[in-house]
Amino acid sequence: MSGPSAEQLAALAALRAEAEARVRAARGRDALQQLRTDYLGRKAGRLTAILKGLPALDPDARRAVGEAANAAKAAIETLLEAAERALAPAGSEAPRPDLTMPARRQWRGALHPVTLVVDEVCAIFGELGFTRYVGPEAETERNNFTALNFPPEHPSLEMHDTFYLGEGMLLRTHTSPLQIRVMEAYRPPIRVTMPGMCYRRDPFDPSHAPAFSQVEALAVDEGITFVDLKASLTYFARRFFGPSVRVRFRPSFFPFTEPSADMEVECLICHGTGCPACKGSGWMEILGAGMVDPNVFEAVGVDPERYTGWAFGMGPHRMAMLRYGVPDIRVLFEGDMRFHDQFVDGG
Amino acid sequence: MNASLRWLSDLLGVELDAALTRDRLTMLGAGVEALEPLHGGLGDIVIGEVLEVRRHPNADRLTLCLVDAGGQAKRVVCGAANVAAGRRYPFAPVGARLPEGLMIERRTIRGEVSEGMLCSARELGLGDDQEGILELDTAAAPGTRLLDALPIADTRFVLEITPNRPDLLSHQGIARDLGAVLMRAVKLPVIPGAPAQRPPRAARARGARGDAGGVPIAVEDVSGCRRYTAAVLRGVGVGPSPAWLRNRLAAIGARSVNNVVDATNYILFEVGQPIHAFDLAKLRGPAIVVRRARAGEALTTLDGVRRRLDPSMTVIADAEVATGVAGVMGGAESEVSAATTDVLLECAYFDPRQNRATRRAMGMSTEASYRFERGIDHDATPEYLGRAIELLLAVAGGHVDGVPVDVYPDPIPPTTVFLRDRRIADILGVEIPRGETERVLTALGCVVAPKHERLAVQVPAARPDLTREIDLIEEVARIVGYDRFPDDMRPYRIGVVPDAPSERVAARLRRALTALGLHEAMTSPLGPRADPRSPEVLNPLSREEAFLRSELLPGLVRRVEHNWRLMQRDVRLFEIGTVFERREGELPAEEMRVAGVLTGARRPPHWSEPATPDLDLFDAVAGLEAAVAVALAGAVLEPGSVGLVVRDAGGRAVGRAAELAADRPAWAAPLVGFEVAVGTGGAPAPRVRPLPKSPAVERDIALVLPAGLRAADVETVLRSAAGPLLERLWPFDEYRGAPLPAGSRSVAWRLVFRAPERTLREVEVEAALQRALTEVEARYGVRRRAS
Ligand SMILES: [Zn+2]
Repeated sequence: MSGPSAEQLAALAALRAEAEARVRAARGRDALQQLRTDYLGRKAGRLTAILKGLPALDPDARRAVGEAANAAKAAIETLLEAAERALAPAGSEAPRPDLTMPARRQWRGALHPVTLVVDEVCAIFGELGFTRYVGPEAETERNNFTALNFPPEHPSLEMHDTFYLGEGMLLRTHTSPLQIRVMEAYRPPIRVTMPGMCYRRDPFDPSHAPAFSQVEALAVDEGITFVDLKASLTYFARRFFGPSVRVRFRPSFFPFTEPSADMEVECLICHGTGCPACKGSGWMEILGAGMVDPNVFEAVGVDPERYTGWAFGMGPHRMAMLRYGVPDIRVLFEGDMRFHDQFVDGG
Repeated sequence: MNASLRWLSDLLGVELDAALTRDRLTMLGAGVEALEPLHGGLGDIVIGEVLEVRRHPNADRLTLCLVDAGGQAKRVVCGAANVAAGRRYPFAPVGARLPEGLMIERRTIRGEVSEGMLCSARELGLGDDQEGILELDTAAAPGTRLLDALPIADTRFVLEITPNRPDLLSHQGIARDLGAVLMRAVKLPVIPGAPAQRPPRAARARGARGDAGGVPIAVEDVSGCRRYTAAVLRGVGVGPSPAWLRNRLAAIGARSVNNVVDATNYILFEVGQPIHAFDLAKLRGPAIVVRRARAGEALTTLDGVRRRLDPSMTVIADAEVATGVAGVMGGAESEVSAATTDVLLECAYFDPRQNRATRRAMGMSTEASYRFERGIDHDATPEYLGRAIELLLAVAGGHVDGVPVDVYPDPIPPTTVFLRDRRIADILGVEIPRGETERVLTALGCVVAPKHERLAVQVPAARPDLTREIDLIEEVARIVGYDRFPDDMRPYRIGVVPDAPSERVAARLRRALTALGLHEAMTSPLGPRADPRSPEVLNPLSREEAFLRSELLPGLVRRVEHNWRLMQRDVRLFEIGTVFERREGELPAEEMRVAGVLTGARRPPHWSEPATPDLDLFDAVAGLEAAVAVALAGAVLEPGSVGLVVRDAGGRAVGRAAELAADRPAWAAPLVGFEVAVGTGGAPAPRVRPLPKSPAVERDIALVLPAGLRAADVETVLRSAAGPLLERLWPFDEYRGAPLPAGSRSVAWRLVFRAPERTLREVEVEAALQRALTEVEARYGVRRRAS
């Protein structure tokens, strides 16, 4: 190789060496910027000029000079960047930030505590194969009472103070009419959780609300027994309240289940020693449950000799109050931002 | 229902432990609301016998007594007039505490030392008797603890009895359940002072008429009064009850009235049978007629209230007028008084439904009606009359005139239920041995006869809840004990019901809106009338809660106003809930909606941005867009007369975003909100496009838009004219003001061009841009802003 290309390669090497030396010697951001312009500037950069001259060379020389020029350019670029980086922290124009100052935060939303409870209940039963089923809040007396084996004119109706809409219609007093709806829509096996809003004629006070949510569950198939009820609800209680929580079932009464039971867990406040929250008993009632009454199966055309089932219902508002220490149910309806802010990270 | 531990113990003939009994009652289904120890504070009080009474040398009204309270006799200064030597009284020695907490000390009173105190009933919480110290009629030796000598220490259970168990509204019924677990039979205790000879048993009348001691008894309303037994007692002395009866009633919190009323109350709480005593002298005839009330008839009941009667009610009348409401409340006129000497005792079985109808028409509920309407024992009516007579004779004297009568024209047949062994296992999941089943049911009063693979079970009349096989299975489970059943998870089949799509959509909405910084709220769906199509509640709690909502936003706006009242400026809430619309003759239409309200700072305050801008309508639109994307496939947003309107695929308006009217304080920021119907789902799962490998070319253009020209329309033209090389474009700036003509604005767009598989040439980009500019100028007369 000889002639212009060798000359140019030598000039390139000199240029590169010069540039590297000057970059190392440079002090301050302005000096570095000036060097960048001198060597790499688009218009008058000395290296740029060499690259611009490449098309004039014969192909072999163009390749050799081009490679060398690009290598030189990359090397100078790297040096310049390193020098700039090294400068940055010490530079007077970029003071070290005070990282104890608050971060630039965004608003974050929180789920309603009742939603947290409902979702957790449904998720735990989801582990046992339960799906979610919903239905209307305005119901017929038939679905809300008659088909659920409430005898007409019976004192048990007084347990449910009802809002009536007229013409045999009402606001459902519990989610149990969904048992009727799901069994009329599907044949067993049925395993569903049924959350939703319910209504009773109770004015707002610290522990009552005219509208509140419930979660119901229903399991119907051949061979379902009271043992399955106890097993499923005990599993739920241990998942929801903790693996070591003590659980007991005691007889109760609901027109649409028999045998009926209330499930109680060891008081979450006093852990069984007795306190005002558990009326000194050491136990807290969590939910009502029972084996589906044969009359309910009859009402929906399911053969009670072939199929059996269990159901439970619970109040997520009360659960939320217990779990999160909410002293007054009305707080759950007020939408006070200071209350909901506390659930931002709790979901 | 209040129950006394001592009373239950007497019925079972065993000393019951309070805590164990509470747990047993709970596990039998009688929920214990409270457990109240009675007179536990009298533990320091002993029996003291006064040996000698002398006058206090320095005080006329005081005496000096020598009291034997076990051990050395004590010298006691006493102020009671009724103190007498040889008598026994409650004595509080030095160091004793009275129930109120007062500690007795050695004191000197007017120069004389007093080593204790003789106590009155009031000081011990045993009554209001203020006539002096409490004289005791006891054989217990001096020094014996008062609580060991008198049957007053007790535990009261406050029980919550479910409506299916009227039998548990009596001590006998509760004891029967306890006895089934404890394997002990219930026996009614002997009544102190009862005559040795049992009173004559009521004689069954023929048909619906009979005679008791010369008083004709006629049941005309045989469907309302299934059984009526009565007795005439003469020579009764109305007065205070003996201590044992007063104590027993006090233990369950019932007030002592007089011996006759107390006796009837005792029977009520002992066996659950309401008994009524009439003053025979006040009955016209005298006669008893059980009939429907006559139109226009009226009666003053025991509570002194004048009540209008009507033929829907069953009444007890004398020969002329109604003198009591059957199974609800007696009349004031025939009430037993201090002057009463002759009494007619009524012990009846009133039909539960008719009793309920009567008491509802009266608008009242009493201890009696509470039991009748739930159903009492119709087999034992004559026995309970007999027990009431015995008790009355024991506490008030007198004698039975003639033979009591039992009018029972249409006897109720016993109920027999068949119970299959296999069915017990099918329901309970555990085999119960036949012998165990028989034992349990027998203990509960059933008569059991095996028939092949099943039992024929005749249920007791006191248990109206036992009518079906499943009822007996529950009894077996209850008495065996729910805690004795295993709780091991057994195999199950997966159900056939799919997850509700709306629940999935709701979950995605919650994620989307919390990500935008909104908190989830839950408001009551009941509110004032807001829309003529709102369904109305017939029996609302108030006018303000008489209608079901037709929109979510009004409820959320009230929540914002609540926050404003608490001086909170930054409020961001959303709700997912149901709205309703009235439909003639059918259930209201229901729709799931999502709505959000936003006001206040757009971001939390930050030191780098001293004046954080406030949220505005475009933030509400962001919420709306997020909701629509998740909830409503195929919906479009377009400007409406106010704010933005959402139209579903069919063009129906299903949602909006707008500035909202509210009761806004001056310091608050504007309130914006959105609401949209929730469909069964929005965007489907994405199909990923290949990522571009070629570089993009960006161009910025600023166009001057005249008033009224919408950016979206300009964009549509730009997009179609620029052709497929235009990948995307968005406005990045808007400017109004000089030097632009009034009303017009400059909007700057950034356009991104790209050819998927190659590098674009400059001329291609320029050509596409020019086409777009030419077209938008041709269409709208819009030009680039001169720079
Ligand atoms: Zn507790």
